Amino acid sequence: MPPAFLKKGHTMELDYEESKAKLVAGLQKKLKTKSKFYFNDLAKILEAKPREAKKIVNRMVQERILEYWSSGSTSLYGLPGTGKQDAAEGKE
Amino acid sequence: MAKSKTPLLDQLESGPWPSFVSDLKQQAEVRAKNEAKTEFQIPQTVVEELMGLLELSYVHKRGHWKHGGIVGVFGYGGGVIGRYCDQPQQFPGVAHFHTLRVNQPSGKFYTTEYLRQLCDLWDFRGSGITNMHGSTGDIIFLGTTTPQLEEIFYEMTHKLNQDLGGSGSNLRTPSDCIGQARCEYACYDTHALCYHLTKEYQDELHRPAFPYKFKFKFDGCPNCCVASIARADMSFIGTWRDDIRIDQEAVQAYIGGELPPNAGDHSGRDWGPFDIQKEVIDLCPTECMWMENNKLMIENKECNRCMHCINVMPRALRIGKDTGLSILVGAKAPILDGAQMSSMLVPFIKAEEPYDEIKEIIENIWDWWMEEGKNRERLGELMKRQGFQKLLEVTGIDPDPRMVSEPRSNPYIFWKEEEVPGGFKRDISEFRKYHQR
Repeated sequence: MPPAFLKKGHTMELDYEESKAKLVAGLQKKLKTKSKFYFNDLAKILEAKPREAKKIVNRMVQERILEYWSSGSTSLYGLPGTGKQDAAEGKE
Repeated sequence: MAKSKTPLLDQLESGPWPSFVSDLKQQAEVRAKNEAKTEFQIPQTVVEELMGLLELSYVHKRGHWKHGGIVGVFGYGGGVIGRYCDQPQQFPGVAHFHTLRVNQPSGKFYTTEYLRQLCDLWDFRGSGITNMHGSTGDIIFLGTTTPQLEEIFYEMTHKLNQDLGGSGSNLRTPSDCIGQARCEYACYDTHALCYHLTKEYQDELHRPAFPYKFKFKFDGCPNCCVASIARADMSFIGTWRDDIRIDQEAVQAYIGGELPPNAGDHSGRDWGPFDIQKEVIDLCPTECMWMENNKLMIENKECNRCMHCINVMPRALRIGKDTGLSILVGAKAPILDGAQMSSMLVPFIKAEEPYDEIKEIIENIWDWWMEEGKNRERLGELMKRQGFQKLLEVTGIDPDPRMVSEPRSNPYIFWKEEEVPGGFKRDISEFRKYHQR
């Protein structure tokens, strides 16, 4: 099945609200196993070409729905407040 | 005299080379005395504590820095690298010790006034420790706390007209050589191209969406002073396509000893009289030079731009007049393993504003790498994985003998149907005219 953005009637311009909801839902579903995601993971959830996905992701960072995490050499994305926080270590 | 708190670090000062430990001690003293009466925004003792933490690392034989984090300035996904120490009670002054990368001016030209302003800002809001320059070329600010980041960014962008550099999965700070500003070898204006592409690709520089880091480096000539061929995913190296200009009178002046070879670089001791045969002609890697009737001759078609003859006799030999650049792709220089030199993609292209042809190549490569690159895979690795042929396909560039770096070791060639005249289908009766059953 072709990805949603290639279906008839669907323009290349992704609908922001729709994409946002899809991405947040997609990330929350994976939260049990990981909290930081590569950009490619986000593009896959959005079923979009990287350049299209970038527009959505950038806007979500501006709106503080997503945040950057960087090791210095590699950048990842995550939902704010997710992942193992310092204070929680060893309390599970 | 009080016993030193950092005996292991002190030992590092005993070698023959300048030591970073001495520099740190000097900076710690400057901050302790504070003769400039700076109102430090981060702990005054930050440098002593940094040394204390490092000493502890040597005692424990393990590092005490935590890797990465969620710090940055709003809207930027690079330029700030979060650093935290795992001994914050013992060393609260370096509990946060973030790095900022500052986009260096093209060719690293700056005034002392500009440097003073940067250092004043960094003394005020950071540790005062800098790294001039990091291996990507940035001015590196080492050590500040999270609340200072936005303040520093505001001051830099609003008062010093200065942007942050790149880090993470971004386009990294583009870096260039001194170029035509000071160097007669430069075949194109490296500053102009570096600045143009830095402005053009702001989004790629600050908002990460690549599989991994991506580096542009601009060398004005094949001497490669910024080592683009060894380090950059895309190396832009100046070259010429006409002939090396020869001034035969100057050649004789070198032979006669009136002009010192290498512009006098090796004049520290007596190497004997200059021998053009031994020091230039015999060292030409393609053996394309000879003397004929007391004149230096060059078979220019054979020249592979090693630059040796031009470097030895800069008054006698000069780059050609029809200049531009070559684009090579895929270099990387990781610390541990897998270093790779870049491969020739575009043998010659004119470097003229608005650089549309160059930008088209860049964007085609990015589109391919962003879609096909695995996480943390550099362009050079993708090229190895999918093949140079694929790179030519996505950039729409025709194969050229100059792209061949060595004789083929793989005997198999995979033709695509559209590449074969008439496709894969054959008329059997036509075939039988020439070949019996």
